[in-house]
Amino acid sequence: MPNFFLDNTDLQFHFDNLDISEIVGIMEDDYEQAKLFNYAPVNYEDAVEGYRKVLEMIGDMAGNSIAPRASDVDLEGASYKDGKVSYAAGTVKNLKQLAQADLMGMIFPRRYGGINMPFPIYMMAVEMVSRADASLMNIFGLQDIADTIKKFGNEEQRLEFLPKFCSGEVTGAMALTEPDAGSDLQAVKLSAYQNNEGKWFLRGVKRFITNGNGEVLLVLARSEAGSKDGRGLSLFACYGDETVKVRRIENKLGIHGSPTCELQFNDTPAQLVGQRKFGLIKYVFDLMYRARMGVSAQAMGISQAAYEEALKYAKEREQFGKAIYNIPAVTNILLNMRTMLESNRALFYSAVNSVAIKEQTEEKIEKLKAEGKPVAELNTALKQMTKRANLLTPMCKYILTESANKISYDAIQIHGGTGYMKEFKVERLARDARITNIYEGTSQLQIVACLGGVINDILSEEFDEKAMKEYKGGLVRLHNVLKEIRMIFKDCLKYILDKKDPVYQDVAAKELVDLYSYLHTGYLLLEQAEKESRKVFIANRYIIEALASARKNAELIKSELFSDILHSDKILIH
Amino acid sequence: MYNSIVLVKQVPDTANISGKVMKDDGTVNRALLPAVFNPEDLIALELALQVKEKYGGKVTAITMGPPRASDTLRECLFMGADEVYLITDRKFAGADTLATSYVLSAAIQKIGNFDLIFAGRQAIDGDTAQVGPQTAEKLNIPQVTYVEEIVELNEKRAKIRRKIENGYEVLDCALPILLTVLKDSAEARPFSTKKLLAYKNAKSLMDIEKMVEGNSLLYADKLVQEFKDRGLFIPTITADDLDIDTERCGLKGSPTKVHKVESVILAGGSHIKIEPTKDGLGSLIDQLMEDHIFG
Repeated sequence: MPNFFLDNTDLQFHFDNLDISEIVGIMEDDYEQAKLFNYAPVNYEDAVEGYRKVLEMIGDMAGNSIAPRASDVDLEGASYKDGKVSYAAGTVKNLKQLAQADLMGMIFPRRYGGINMPFPIYMMAVEMVSRADASLMNIFGLQDIADTIKKFGNEEQRLEFLPKFCSGEVTGAMALTEPDAGSDLQAVKLSAYQNNEGKWFLRGVKRFITNGNGEVLLVLARSEAGSKDGRGLSLFACYGDETVKVRRIENKLGIHGSPTCELQFNDTPAQLVGQRKFGLIKYVFDLMYRARMGVSAQAMGISQAAYEEALKYAKEREQFGKAIYNIPAVTNILLNMRTMLESNRALFYSAVNSVAIKEQTEEKIEKLKAEGKPVAELNTALKQMTKRANLLTPMCKYILTESANKISYDAIQIHGGTGYMKEFKVERLARDARITNIYEGTSQLQIVACLGGVINDILSEEFDEKAMKEYKGGLVRLHNVLKEIRMIFKDCLKYILDKKDPVYQDVAAKELVDLYSYLHTGYLLLEQAEKESRKVFIANRYIIEALASARKNAELIKSELFSDILHSDKILIH
Repeated sequence: MYNSIVLVKQVPDTANISGKVMKDDGTVNRALLPAVFNPEDLIALELALQVKEKYGGKVTAITMGPPRASDTLRECLFMGADEVYLITDRKFAGADTLATSYVLSAAIQKIGNFDLIFAGRQAIDGDTAQVGPQTAEKLNIPQVTYVEEIVELNEKRAKIRRKIENGYEVLDCALPILLTVLKDSAEARPFSTKKLLAYKNAKSLMDIEKMVEGNSLLYADKLVQEFKDRGLFIPTITADDLDIDTERCGLKGSPTKVHKVESVILAGGSHIKIEPTKDGLGSLIDQLMEDHIFG
């Protein structure tokens, strides 16, 4: 009877330390909602108690219903026949249960049929569902699609689509990618045109569309004929009716339960969402925060699953007369995995909070504006919040998805030969992990997205404040190490800026972003260590290792090693 | 429209027995076992909810047990029951199947207005499979045991599929009727999050009295009214509420007497080695349960 919430003390640690009273207060209209809905909380304590119960329930469902079906879902996979896509039997059951439990509209207001959960709670749910079956996240985690309609659509569209998502009657897909527009979405070609009555239609092809068979599609299309860049793109919502043809589904390495479709739109009737020309530059950009956090949650879940499998196997497997858990080389791998897992979760929930706070502040500003109240002060605060979210979202996605690959790789290593076999879960986890650092923007793109914030050292004030704090006992040393890493970072940043060479900046970006992530995550772990003594071990391993890595990063940046990129042809094309 | 009453029971979780639960005399220390919703009763509730979804009507869940059995009733609310009753009284304690079915049938008559009564085939603690049938007898209504499916309901008749040896049979019977259902006849739905959030604080009178205990700022009467106003009060039925002979209730009304509990030692030819650790003992218990030596 594993419960993926109750058996995960680290996740509970984060839940217990969530400070979301302000967000919840805004979301619940200062608890006025309780007068309208019997399932709305009457105060903050009641809200938190409810969140815990819901998470316990999802933990139970993930551990006892979804996880046991995951192997079959992987084996059977989604299938395609005569233009129709079918989910694996296990996926069908999972979706039915999630809908019965009212979990397909977790983040939506009650008036649309949702349960109005804060974003961090939703992310905890996505993490647990992903631990059970990573491929299910690609459907369960697509609530963001409806969220875009909620944020940028009109009330009529909200009333048309949101209740259908919440009840589980429909699932969605986000149709952005095309054969020639992957990382570079400015190149999207699928055309949107209007008839004489002003009604919109879509025509063209989309590729690699996760859950493209979904009943409601959010489509990025070129509404301004003749335009070439992102400013000619708008966002549309349409039904996956008979005008949308699924041409094929991909045969993939992992996440077999999630169908990846090629879609052909044949004059599909569509509705414009929000304003024309804002499709990419505003709405998709905004959607990406949540989509990237969703993939980070997926990576977090896979990492947790891989770690659990590795730990269990290491304790059961005996060699040389003892459990391999007791062999130092193996114990060390496990310690590294665990440290990565907990440091990632610290980074994850700090990024989640930064997105949640930014979004709630945006909503609050809209509300105040509507009431004719002043918003200048909040607007200033929002600027810094947006900067933080712009930095932490891609940083988190980059670090967590790369880690999921490393952790699932190590989990196979601990299993030895058996881990390479299909009978054990870890090979599936490694396959599922492999997409996370590719889709919703590759790691390389995430690093580029982080770079502005890192070069402008936007967390500088936070770090200054933290550097002034006093710590006790063993934490003093770790605190000093973080100060040293900060010096290294500043030194490297100056070196790069002084060079004034954009090419060099791009190649050294990874090392620089890594350095910044050590600081942010290191301070988070130091704070955790103050709250719980066991966490000192995690902080210690993370921060000491970060110093070694920081020194290496500095050496790489300052040794001019990367300058050989100027001679890449000579080296590569020999 | 068909109204259903579902008989549910809170039982010790015999599926998860671990190390210290077994006492030296070979009996189970119930206090150490977590209490759970009897698995087959969950399916009974599921079938009743399916009837409601398909034909309309109301689902009422009832349980006879100690005050803490209100846990199980809350879970019924989370799944979608419209109404629940806790049947509890010190006079009901220690009841065997005869005394239990006597009280249950009296409570059902008091609640009234039912077409179908659903019960699990048996509970995992006693494994008698007697309470459902005995209740039907006392209510003087037909019963169908080993139910796999409610094939059809129309007018005042029901077509019910029941499992028999080597197959199944479909019975056509008059309503009202009592059905005892099998574990595999359906999959219990998960809790509805909305209902979980709405009823997480639902409380019975005893729950409220417990809250008040040791807190001079709280008054039970006031709280009861408050819980009633918020739709969070779980009504109780006690011996005083029923037209019954208390001599036929509880331990007094139970002719079943446990003569002796014996720890049977089977002499065997082979032996296996169990590590004297928690895990080792746990796996031993798993094995014993698999072999139906207990559980």
